[in-house]
Amino acid sequence: MHHLDIKGLEAAYGAVPVLSGIDLPVAKGDVIGLIGPSGSGKSTILRVLMGLIPPTAGTVTLEGNLVDYRDAAAVRRLRERVAIVFQQYNLFQNMTVLENVTVAPVKIRKRPKGEVETEARALLAKVGLGDKLDRFPDQLSGGQQQRVAIARALALKPEILLLDEVTAALDPELVSEVLDSIRLLAEDGMTMLIVSHEMGFIREVSSRVAFLDRGRIIEMDDARTIFDAPREERTRSFVSKILRH
Amino acid sequence: MFARLIEELPGFFGYYNVLFLGKAALATLGLSAIGCVVGTVLGLLLALIRMTGSRALAPLRWLAILFVETFRRVPFLVTLMLVFFSFQLSGADLPLFVVAAISVSLIAAAFLSEIIRGGFDSVHRNQWDAATAMNFGLLDTVRHVILPQAWRVILPPAFGFFVLFIKDTALASQIGVLELTYAGKVLNNKGFSAALVFAAILLIYFAISYPLSRFGARLEERLAPSRHQGP
Repeated sequence: MHHLDIKGLEAAYGAVPVLSGIDLPVAKGDVIGLIGPSGSGKSTILRVLMGLIPPTAGTVTLEGNLVDYRDAAAVRRLRERVAIVFQQYNLFQNMTVLENVTVAPVKIRKRPKGEVETEARALLAKVGLGDKLDRFPDQLSGGQQQRVAIARALALKPEILLLDEVTAALDPELVSEVLDSIRLLAEDGMTMLIVSHEMGFIREVSSRVAFLDRGRIIEMDDARTIFDAPREERTRSFVSKILRH
Repeated sequence: MFARLIEELPGFFGYYNVLFLGKAALATLGLSAIGCVVGTVLGLLLALIRMTGSRALAPLRWLAILFVETFRRVPFLVTLMLVFFSFQLSGADLPLFVVAAISVSLIAAAFLSEIIRGGFDSVHRNQWDAATAMNFGLLDTVRHVILPQAWRVILPPAFGFFVLFIKDTALASQIGVLELTYAGKVLNNKGFSAALVFAAILLIYFAISYPLSRFGARLEERLAPSRHQGP
């Protein structure tokens, strides 16, 4: 059984179609790299999956169970198993690093505070921020903020992690520290969907790579095939352009 | 002229006058306090209703918009008359003070809901996304994430409004509520010189509104501290 199975997924911003029939089966432990030009719909797939944008057609199946995005309770159940890290980190500006990581498990999932804090400290130490617990987001660098965001998502103990261009807003020298954190997760067998322009990273970490253009998956294969021997002309031109610089 | 004022002083601060002014000051203070507190609570509720997204609540949202847009545009005096005559027509025999209190609450709610909504809107959209993705409901998002960040935008105009509002309660005298301005007129009519009477009224208004401003500043420091100390 697929861990996550996306079939014929469509979505639109107003009258503008963004996803035009996405088929994406994801097995347990898969790391799917989503690549493609801006506006191709990569991030939208993640936002639709999280229930932040309603799908207009298609189905999403989580471990054999169909997710009804019109049913708020069903979407809430999905969000207990799937977490997302945003491009702009989206840390809560009014909370410290530790509070950012603990707020959802404590206030929303009603887990005991002491236990959650212990886990949060361990997670933050793992991403190299054990000494920044009481800082506020605006006192951290972009790379540090993004690692807090990753720790915050992991504190929800997701089965599936969605990463939306998590390095796009970072200075080049900060990228590696974030990628290191994600690499560890991939090694632990976390199922992940990664939208990224870091082709080297996508190539290294992905079990499969999907190339998107204009709301469709043009080609999906293992990383080596996509980057070295793509079958589709559009994939080839995108990959060659992006690898050249 | 000053000699005359000084001559009047002992009479002006006679027992009954002080009692009269005290009572009027209490009415002004009461109307202001009711307006501010009820207005803030109702305003928050209206702002929240307008933040909801579900289709089922659409009629409630329209009502909230209608309410806010109406009472924000109607002059205070007209609202006062409207409430006054509505109650008269319906036959409900309410004390004038209650009629005035209802009017000020309606107006304060309309204005404060807009100030609060502006504060909500000032918080970046991505904070909502993050909260929603972690299963925060509307109330949890507002309470834990949005309001704490919105205070700095809400508090200054809200307290600016409160100060204006204290002065506007003077209009309640038009339906016969004995508040400060009305008391001033009465004392003036009794023969005390206008300078003396209205100077006293001015001081009492100041004594009510200045501590409120200070309180607002204190609240701002506590709820909306700036902590940009750099990385």
